[in-house]
Amino acid sequence: MNDVTPIRTKVENALLSRFPQIKASLPGDASIRDLRDDAFTTFQQSGLPHRRIEAWHYTDLRSLLRDAPELAVVPPSHVIQRAAEHGSALDQVQATRLVMVNGFYNANISSFGLPAGVTVKDMHSALGQSEPLVSSHLGAATTTPDPLIALNTAFMNGGVIVSVAPHTKLELPLELRFITETLDAIAMTPRVLVIVGEGAEVTLLESHQGPDGVSYQTNAVVEIFGASHSHIEHLRLSAGGNYAVDLSTLAVNLQQEAVFHSLHCITTPGLARHQVFASLQGEGIAFDVDGVALLSGTQHVDTTLAIDHAAPGCTSRELFKTVLDAQSTGVFQGRIMVKQIAQQTDGKMMSQAVLLSDDARMNNKPELEIFADDVVCGHGATCGALDDDLLFYLMARGLPRLEAEALMLAAFVGEAFEKIRHDGMRDVFTEIAATWLKSRSTMTKQA
Amino acid sequence: MLEIRNLHVSIEDKKILNGLTLTVHDGEVAAIMGPNGSGKSTLSYVIAGKPDYEVLDGEILLDGQNVLELEAHERAAAGLFLAFQYPLEIPGVATMSFLKAAMNSQRKIRGEDEMATADFMKAVRGAADSLGIPQDMLRRGLNVGFSGGEKKRMEILQMALLAPNFCILDETDSGLDIDALKVVSEGVNALRDPKRAFLVITHYQRLLNYIVPDTVHVMAHGQVVKSGGKELALELEATGYADYKTLAA
Ligand SMILES: Nc1ncnc2c1ncn2[C@@H]1O[C@H](COP(=O)(O)OP(=O)(O)OP(=O)(O)O)[C@@H](O)[C@H]1O
Ligand SMILES: [Mg+2]
Repeated sequence: MNDVTPIRTKVENALLSRFPQIKASLPGDASIRDLRDDAFTTFQQSGLPHRRIEAWHYTDLRSLLRDAPELAVVPPSHVIQRAAEHGSALDQVQATRLVMVNGFYNANISSFGLPAGVTVKDMHSALGQSEPLVSSHLGAATTTPDPLIALNTAFMNGGVIVSVAPHTKLELPLELRFITETLDAIAMTPRVLVIVGEGAEVTLLESHQGPDGVSYQTNAVVEIFGASHSHIEHLRLSAGGNYAVDLSTLAVNLQQEAVFHSLHCITTPGLARHQVFASLQGEGIAFDVDGVALLSGTQHVDTTLAIDHAAPGCTSRELFKTVLDAQSTGVFQGRIMVKQIAQQTDGKMMSQAVLLSDDARMNNKPELEIFADDVVCGHGATCGALDDDLLFYLMARGLPRLEAEALMLAAFVGEAFEKIRHDGMRDVFTEIAATWLKSRSTMTKQA
Repeated sequence: MLEIRNLHVSIEDKKILNGLTLTVHDGEVAAIMGPNGSGKSTLSYVIAGKPDYEVLDGEILLDGQNVLELEAHERAAAGLFLAFQYPLEIPGVATMSFLKAAMNSQRKIRGEDEMATADFMKAVRGAADSLGIPQDMLRRGLNVGFSGGEKKRMEILQMALLAPNFCILDETDSGLDIDALKVVSEGVNALRDPKRAFLVITHYQRLLNYIVPDTVHVMAHGQVVKSGGKELALELEATGYADYKTLAA
């Protein structure tokens, strides 16, 4: 083993020297400052994760992160105004929108008025005001030690806290809309807490958009707490700029009989890692997490899951679909852990990838770690080109190759979109995929 | 009119067609019979434009146009249609959207306008009814979970909708029960037209009682070894292929 501490990279050095300089200006009381210091110490010891760390083997952040842009500041009004002018693929769905500009919540361009039972707090001010929900919930969704969470915790300054009172049944989805509005590279570390009370029902949308050609970085942490019998659907769209770095962690903590479904769809950002850490704490939870990644160019997109079955009789289903064109790289790592107490666990995980080019690469790593004896668990992974015989069948009916491929790919990703419960959002994602497939045909024709 | 001249084809260095020559005129129904492995499906795939085959020599002309220069979808738009011996299942691709995409794509390639949705629906319903295809089958994934016979009917439905001028039917009769055979044959006969030709590949003379051919060709070892009228099929039914197996070897 080579245990020599590697030489710090430029980015690591920048982050290490930044924290002591700016920590006094970051929001937070004494307990938050301690939290930040601890997180920073963790980062100081480990540095950026790299390929010799198992969980980061395929996404070597140390070599992939080239810059450490300045931390974003609370945006001035003209920036807010410009941000408010952007449209979104989600506009066609009626929702209560909470808008973050450069990571900071802005009530003025968010929906006016909240549905009964919902309270929203700006994370930036909550951190500085000894908000009880912060001390009770921040960092509590997962116990998984993780470098992205540590970095976020050290630098967190924006975001929002949403709480939904017990038995509230929201008619409209709540959307967390993250808009990056900048000409220069910036770094954003928003932190979101979503606390859903007993028996409440929520559709939570999370969308990310930003300019092309700017290498801005987001390292967002969203913690969702689902009390017993809550029903939560979380639908995430990562459609940032082509140079963007989108690092994101979804930490989910569920209690008895909770029903949870999350789907994330990644289309444009140059480098992305979406982590899902789920902790199934009560009996009879139904947990589903799905994903669709549509990759082209030199995109590198990683999805990493760790599902912790910590109570008996829970089910978990994971279905991940990756389409890889050009020189893109995809990573799927999924781990289902079944604790000894978690008898009658039913877990199934599947990752499927379609390679559209000889230069695209997919790394699939599904794993099971089972300590209970009475469980039904399975995982599978497939990776390959589209079936030539099927393509010929479609072409023989008059479809050009790219259209035949588009039809098959729409069906391929459609299987994951089928699981979306919110009809309008299923349409939104289906259309996003159709647009991606169409742009692929025009691009290839021009080439 | 389809003209195949001296066609030599191999796949994975295995020679399958050995100088095949065949002409099918407009309005003609030509039947091809021949032992298993003689190259009948290979011929149909090569005409339709399956990429796996290497054409070593010869030509295929559709109304004077060299189809070997065209990709499969362009051949379809030019009026070629192959009803597959084994139609493929395509999960997740809804039959209706597939039919519409195929139809409009062909029109686009030919420089025609898209078909209005209402007209399209009407055309599909009409064709489905006459072939005894229930509406709910059209809502499923393409051929997914269809029985062998249902898949064959679906091929004929596609043929009826796309209205090609040269139709190849590769063993469309195999897997059909007696009633379905009648329904499908009626479907084909309804499409007979002085400007439309058919190449019907079959092992059984019975089909040719329903779809009466103008010419019958015997294929062996990748060649047409004998041609005749419809009585040739009856002759083969009685004698089998023993004579022809040695003939070309
Ligand atoms: N991909 C392939 N690789 C190698 N040989 C092949 C391939 N496809 C077909 N063949 C061979 O080509 C020959 C002709 O096959 P083809 O399917 O055209 O026969 P056929 O006349 O349609 O037979 P059948 O009556 O059984 O349908 C057979 O010997 C077959 O094994
Ligand atoms: Mg055959």
